[in-house]
Amino acid sequence: MPDLLLELFSEEIPARMQARAADDLKKMITDRLVAAGLVYEGAKAFATPRRLALTVHGVPARQPDLKEERKGPKVGAPEQAIAGFLRAAGLASIDQATVQADKKGDFYVAVTEKAGRAAIDVIADMIPEVVRGFPWPKSMRWGTGRLAWVRPLHSIVATFGPETEEPEIVTFDIDGIAGGNVTRGHRFMAPGEITVKRFDDYVAALERAKVVLDPARRMDMIRADAKDLAFAQGYELVEDEVLLAEVAGLVEWPVTLMGEFDRAFLDIPGEVIRATIRANQKCFVLRDPTTAKLTNKFILVANIEASDGGKAIVAGNERVIRARLSDAKFFYDTDLKTKLEDRLPKFSQIVFHEKLGTQAERIERITALAKELAPLVGADPAKAERAAQLCKADLLTEVVGEFPELQGLMGKYYALAQGEDEAVAQASEDHYKPVGPKDSVPADPVSIAVALADKIDTLVGFWVIDEKPTGSKDPYALRRAALGAIRILLDAGIRIRLTEMWESTFGRLQFSAAFREFIANYVKAAKDIEKLNLPGLLTAANDAAQIYLKSAEVKAREKTRYPELSKGLLDFFADRLKVQLREQGARHDLVDAVFALEGQDDLLMIVRRVEALGKFLDTDDGKNLLAGVKRASNILRIEEKKDGKSFAGAPDAALLKEPEEKALAAAIETAKADASAAVAKEDFAAAMSAMAKLRPTVDAFFDKVTVNADDKALRENRLTLLNEIREATRAVADFSKIEG
Amino acid sequence: MADLLASNDTRPANLDPARSFQGLILALQQYWASWGCVILQPYDMEVGAGTFHPATTLRALGPKPWNAAYVQPSRRPKDGRYGENPNRLQHYYQFQVLLKPSPPDLQELYLGSLRAIGVDPKLHDIRFVEDDWESPTLGAWGLGWECWCDGMEVSQFTYFQQVAGVECDPVAGELTYGLERLAMYVQGVDRVYDLNFNGRTDDKKVTYGDVFLQAEREYSKHNFEVADTAMLFEQFKMAEAACQKYLAAGYSAGAAAHDMALPAYDQCIKASHVFNLLDARGVISVTERQGYILRVRELAKACGAAWLKTEAGGAG
Repeated sequence: MPDLLLELFSEEIPARMQARAADDLKKMITDRLVAAGLVYEGAKAFATPRRLALTVHGVPARQPDLKEERKGPKVGAPEQAIAGFLRAAGLASIDQATVQADKKGDFYVAVTEKAGRAAIDVIADMIPEVVRGFPWPKSMRWGTGRLAWVRPLHSIVATFGPETEEPEIVTFDIDGIAGGNVTRGHRFMAPGEITVKRFDDYVAALERAKVVLDPARRMDMIRADAKDLAFAQGYELVEDEVLLAEVAGLVEWPVTLMGEFDRAFLDIPGEVIRATIRANQKCFVLRDPTTAKLTNKFILVANIEASDGGKAIVAGNERVIRARLSDAKFFYDTDLKTKLEDRLPKFSQIVFHEKLGTQAERIERITALAKELAPLVGADPAKAERAAQLCKADLLTEVVGEFPELQGLMGKYYALAQGEDEAVAQASEDHYKPVGPKDSVPADPVSIAVALADKIDTLVGFWVIDEKPTGSKDPYALRRAALGAIRILLDAGIRIRLTEMWESTFGRLQFSAAFREFIANYVKAAKDIEKLNLPGLLTAANDAAQIYLKSAEVKAREKTRYPELSKGLLDFFADRLKVQLREQGARHDLVDAVFALEGQDDLLMIVRRVEALGKFLDTDDGKNLLAGVKRASNILRIEEKKDGKSFAGAPDAALLKEPEEKALAAAIETAKADASAAVAKEDFAAAMSAMAKLRPTVDAFFDKVTVNADDKALRENRLTLLNEIREATRAVADFSKIEG
Repeated sequence: MADLLASNDTRPANLDPARSFQGLILALQQYWASWGCVILQPYDMEVGAGTFHPATTLRALGPKPWNAAYVQPSRRPKDGRYGENPNRLQHYYQFQVLLKPSPPDLQELYLGSLRAIGVDPKLHDIRFVEDDWESPTLGAWGLGWECWCDGMEVSQFTYFQQVAGVECDPVAGELTYGLERLAMYVQGVDRVYDLNFNGRTDDKKVTYGDVFLQAEREYSKHNFEVADTAMLFEQFKMAEAACQKYLAAGYSAGAAAHDMALPAYDQCIKASHVFNLLDARGVISVTERQGYILRVRELAKACGAAWLKTEAGGAG
C-alpha cells in the first residue's frame, strides 16, 4: 500500500513549538485520513528548526465506494412529499428510487452510490486545509501574502505512492506554494536542493546534507557527545533534559564543543553560574564528580562543523560567557552590599494584589502567623519571626531580578553572608517548598513555620477576595499551595487546627483592608495632598480600622461570612487531601466519611482515622459491621420517611424483649464508651476494635429480631436501637459515606 | 551576492569592518545600498530605537513598497552606567534596515550582510533564535528572531505584523544590528570604549571611548540625577497636546486626507523620549508607568492612522 511523505520547509521554527507542531501535523493529517475512510498502518512526525515532516505508511490507494440509502415517503404519498424527497436525494424522477417494504407498507428508497476517490486526490484537498488551519501558538504573515505560518513557509514536499514504484507528487497550491519533491539540506553546509522520493531516501538524503531529522536522535547525539567530552576531562555533565530538548530544537546538525571560563568566577554560587550559562547561552555546565562542585568548563552545541574545527565558535562563546558571568558577578557583589532587612521598606511600594495590599503588608501577616505557628511546629518563635521577615527580601536583589528561578536560594546565600542563623537562612529557600509534587518538603521547623504561614496567607487571602480556582484555571496556584501545606503537615506529623490557623489570618486581612480603605478615604477627603501629615494619617487610619472592626455591624457580618469561608476552605483542603491520599492508594470515600464528622480540621488526625478505618474495613469484622450499619441505615431511612420523624434518643430498656436486642443495647453502650475513650486518646485502632465488638450482636439482632413488629412501641424502640448503631459508629466515621 | 562584495577588495585597511567601527557602518551601508535600499541619515530627534524613525514606523504602514537602511543613534536614558559598565550605554547606534514587502530571501540577504562585514557563516555558528518583538509604546508587534553569532546576539530580525495599531499589509521585514556589540565581536574587544573607531593603529587612532566616554558620564548624571523633572512633565504634556493639535489640523480638508502626519509624529517621538527620561529619574511609579505608555501609544496610533491618509501612506 502507498506511503505519504510530507515536509513543510520554513524559516526557523521556535524550539519550544517544534514537538507540539509535529504532533499536531500527525494528528491533523491522520484524523482526516481516517475520516475519509483511508485507514493507514502507521505514522510518525518529526521536527527540526526548519522543517516539519510526516510519514504515513500503508495508506489505501483509494477510498472505499460508499453506498448511501435514503428513506423516502410511502408509495402513494402526496405529491409535495415526493417532490421534496427527490430534491433532497438529488433524483430526477421517482423512477430512480427503489421501492422497499416494511411493516407499515411500501416506501421509496433512494440509493446513491458514491465511488471512492483516489487517495492522492483526497490528500491533495487535505494538505491546504491542514496548512491553513494549523494551530500554531502564534503565527505571522510575510511579504505580500495572506497565508499565516509560524515563520515564512518556503516549500512543501508531498509525495504519495507504493514502495515499489516512483511515487507521485501530490498537487495543490497554497498561496503560490505547490506540492513538490524538492527540499534543501543544512542552511550552511549543504544549502543546495535535494530531490526526494519517499521517506527512506528522504531521511538518508537529509543525513548526507547534514540534517538529522529525528529530534530524539539529535538529543541522544548531544547527550552522548556532551558526556564523552566531559568524561575525557574527568568531569561530569550536569544533566538538564529541558535544556537538552531546547538545544536539540535549535540545530539540524548538532556539534558539541567544550569551552571554559575564568576560575575566578567560581566564587559566584554554582546555581547563579548555571542559570547564567543556561538561560542566556543555552549551554550546559559540568561538575567535578569528586567534589560535586561546578568546574570552569561548559558545553556548547553548535549547528555547524566549522572550517576551523570550531575554534572560533568556542572562542566566541567563551567571550560571551565571560561577559555574562562578569555581569552576574557584578550583580552578586552588588547584592551583598545591602542587608536583606534594608530592602524591606521598598516592599511597601510594591503591590502584591490590588485587593490584598502591598508585599510589605503580606510579609507582616506572614511574620505574625509564622510566629504564632512556631510553638506548634517546634520552632523557636524568634527565629521563625526573623525568617519570615527576610524570606521575600531577595525578590528585590539584582540576581533574582535577572534570574527569577533563583528566588529563595539567593535569599539563603545572602542571609548566610550577613551572618543570619542557619535555620533562618534556610527558610528563605525552603519556605517556597514543595514547589511541585516531586519537590521535597521543608524539614527544619523554622522553614516549616514560614512555609505554612506563606501558604495559609495566600489561600485565605484569595478566598477572602473570592479568587478561587475554577476548573482548569488556578492563576494563583492555590491548589499547589493547599497540597503543599497538606504535605508539610503530614510529613512532619504536625497537629494543627486549620480553622484556628486561618481565623487569625482572616482577622489580619480584614484589618489591612479596613486600614487601606481609611487611608484612601482620608486622602480623598484631603484638599491639599501636599499638606497631609503622613504619620498622623497612619495612626488615625490604624485607630479607625481597629474601632471599625470591633463595631457591631462588622461583627454581625463576619459572623456569617467567616464560617462560610472556613467551610469552603476546609472543603478545598478535603479535596486536595483526597487527591493526595488517592495517589497513595487510599480510598477517597473514607476521607469523606471522616470529614463528614463535626469539627474535623486536624489533617494529621483525619489521616490517622482514615488509615485505621481502611485497615478495619479490610477485616471481616469491618466488612460485616459496615454491612450491618448500612442495613440499619437503610431501614431507618425508609421508616423515618414513613413515619415522618426520626428515631433519635436512647432506647427504653423496659421495652427490650428479645435477648438479642438486649445484648445489642448492652454492646452499643460498651462500644460507644470504649470507642469514645479510645478516640479521646487518639488511638483509632483501639476505637475500631471497640466497634468490631459490635459485629456479632448486630448480626444476631438482624437474624433473630423483627424490627417492624406489630406492637407500635416495640417497633419504635427497635428503630431507636438501630439509630444507636449508626450513632455509635459516628465516633470513628460516618459509615453512610463509605461505598460498598 | 558576489557583486555586492566586490568593493571590499578596494577598501582601505583602516576601513576594514573587523578593525574599524566606522568601517563596519560603511560596509553595512554599502551592502544595503548595493541591494537597492535608500540610505538615509539618522533622524534628527532623540529616539529610543531605530524603529522610531518615521522611515520605519510610518513607512511600514500602507501598501507602498519601501526599502531603506540607516544608522540611528538610540537613547535609553535608563541604561546609562556613568561609563563604568563595559557594554551598557545610554546612547548607542543601531543600524536599521526595513524592506517592504519582506523579500522571500530576506534571511539570505541578512547572512550576506554578515559576510560583508567579515563574519563567515562557515566559520561561525549563526543561529536564528525565537524572539517575538513588541513595542507597547508604538502599538507594534512582530515575530522573528535574535540572530546569534557564536552565542552572541548580534541582530534582531522581525517581520512586522502590526505597527501603530494597524495591521501591516504587505508585511515589512526589519533588521536591527546593534552596532557596538557587533563591532566588539568582530574586533575582539571586551569593553565598548576600547573599540577602534577610525581603524587607525598609529597615533591617529581614535577609540569609541575617545568619542563617547565623556558623554556617557555626563548624560548618566543628567538622566539619573539632574534632568529637570518639572520641565519634563511640562514637556510631556506639551508634546502630547501639540501632537493632538497637529493631528486635528491635518484633517482640515476632511477625514479622507491628512497633511501633517509627520510633524504630529515628531511630537509623539518627543513625548516618548521625555517619558523615558522621567522614567530614568525614577519619578514615575509603577502604576503611573502604564498610563504614560498608553498615552504615547494613543498618539502613535493616531499618527499611524493619519499617515494612512497621506500620499506616502497610500491614500488617494
